[in-house]
Amino acid sequence: MNAKPASISENLIEFRDVAYHINDIPTRMIVSDISLRIPRGETLVLLGRSGSGKTTLLKLINGMLLPPKGVVLVQNCATTEWNPIRLRRGIGYVIQEAGLFPHFTVAENVALVPTLENWDAPRTAARVQEMLHLVGLDPRDFAHRLPRELSGGQRQRVGVARALAADPPILLMDEPFGALDPVTRAELQREFSALVRRLDKTIVFVTHDLREALLLASRIVLLQAGRIVASATPQEFLRLDHAEVRAFTSSLSVSPGAFV
Amino acid sequence: MSPWTFILDHRGEILSATLDHFTLVVIAMAIAILIGVPLGMFIVQRPTLRTIALGIASIFQTIPSLALFGFLIPIPFIGGIGKRTAIVALVLYALLPILRNTYVGLTGIDPAVLESAEAMGMTRSQILFRVRLPLALAVILAGIRTATIITIGVATIAAAIGAGGLGTFIFRGVALVSDALILAGAIPAALLALIADFLLGFLERRLRIS
Repeated sequence: MNAKPASISENLIEFRDVAYHINDIPTRMIVSDISLRIPRGETLVLLGRSGSGKTTLLKLINGMLLPPKGVVLVQNCATTEWNPIRLRRGIGYVIQEAGLFPHFTVAENVALVPTLENWDAPRTAARVQEMLHLVGLDPRDFAHRLPRELSGGQRQRVGVARALAADPPILLMDEPFGALDPVTRAELQREFSALVRRLDKTIVFVTHDLREALLLASRIVLLQAGRIVASATPQEFLRLDHAEVRAFTSSLSVSPGAFV
Repeated sequence: MSPWTFILDHRGEILSATLDHFTLVVIAMAIAILIGVPLGMFIVQRPTLRTIALGIASIFQTIPSLALFGFLIPIPFIGGIGKRTAIVALVLYALLPILRNTYVGLTGIDPAVLESAEAMGMTRSQILFRVRLPLALAVILAGIRTATIITIGVATIAAAIGAGGLGTFIFRGVALVSDALILAGAIPAALLALIADFLLGFLERRLRIS
């Protein structure tokens, strides 16, 4: 864990007393009182039930949502000050079902951000090869396929390759493995956690799966009804005395035949 | 005289009327596409304008075609007797399916695809031209196909205001109570519609993704 102590003090992402509410209805809070520092190299897992505001926090980081109250700083600059296009090109984004472009081949999907950034063709092609190898797909076999010719797990691998292609310092992942069957999910989680330890990325990972959070996180932040209720390393997290933490930890234990 | 001998005897005239008809349809469709597709792109992000544009286009569709040709005759510049008026009316008819399908095609895209496009730092116009438009192409083409078939049919009525085409035979046939004349107009018109349907349908299937 914490593989990069030298740079750990630098905050890449910071929330300062952020609140977000639907359009013009300040009483309808989605998230509130959010203060959070995410140092370089951290893999922060935002854990919470559906509707707890996890995805909202993610979209506040890449400027897809702007905070009506408080500031979100990315690389020491408020998201409201960033040019949204420049901000997002420096942040990889992976979502459930991958969101690959169905009319692009695997190679074109992975090459998306490098192409937008006007990399020359040989550099882009080399990068695509490198990325596909990184996520365990043989370019000779997969580069020219369309997303519909891939399995769910392969699509998700391509999604990760696409997000990493332009080498962004930050990676946002919104339940990337949520739609996969349990066996494929476990396989991708294992590979991804190994990958994370090799890459020097700051990752914010959204999930409602405690098992996934424990496996991947250097720190777990638990959200409940739009507020942070706990923040701990995976080891500490299991020992926390909080009702919502217990609700999640009890979801881990299985007694076979208990309901028979 | 049987319709077949009539058609064979007058094949030169019928062929030139078919060509006239075809030209009328191609010009009207070209204009309708040039108006309908960009307008459809424009109204995607503008709900008020969308209601107005789709509403007006729907109203034109409800006007009986012969009446629409009649209404246009007295209008200065676009009206009068002849091809120009016919083309205006045909464009108005073709507009709705093209406009509606462009809008539906552009908005009916998987939200996850649009979300990742935005999150990857694509600009609004990059999303439109590189993602939305290519993915909407098959649906837009389906609208163009519908509009083309409508236009081929409606264009037969354009003969009533002196625009020529295959309708000339049909109107003459109705006046003279001659099946042979009516069929001399109707059969080529039906064939044109079938061929257009087949070719555009083929193109549409080629463009369909997923």
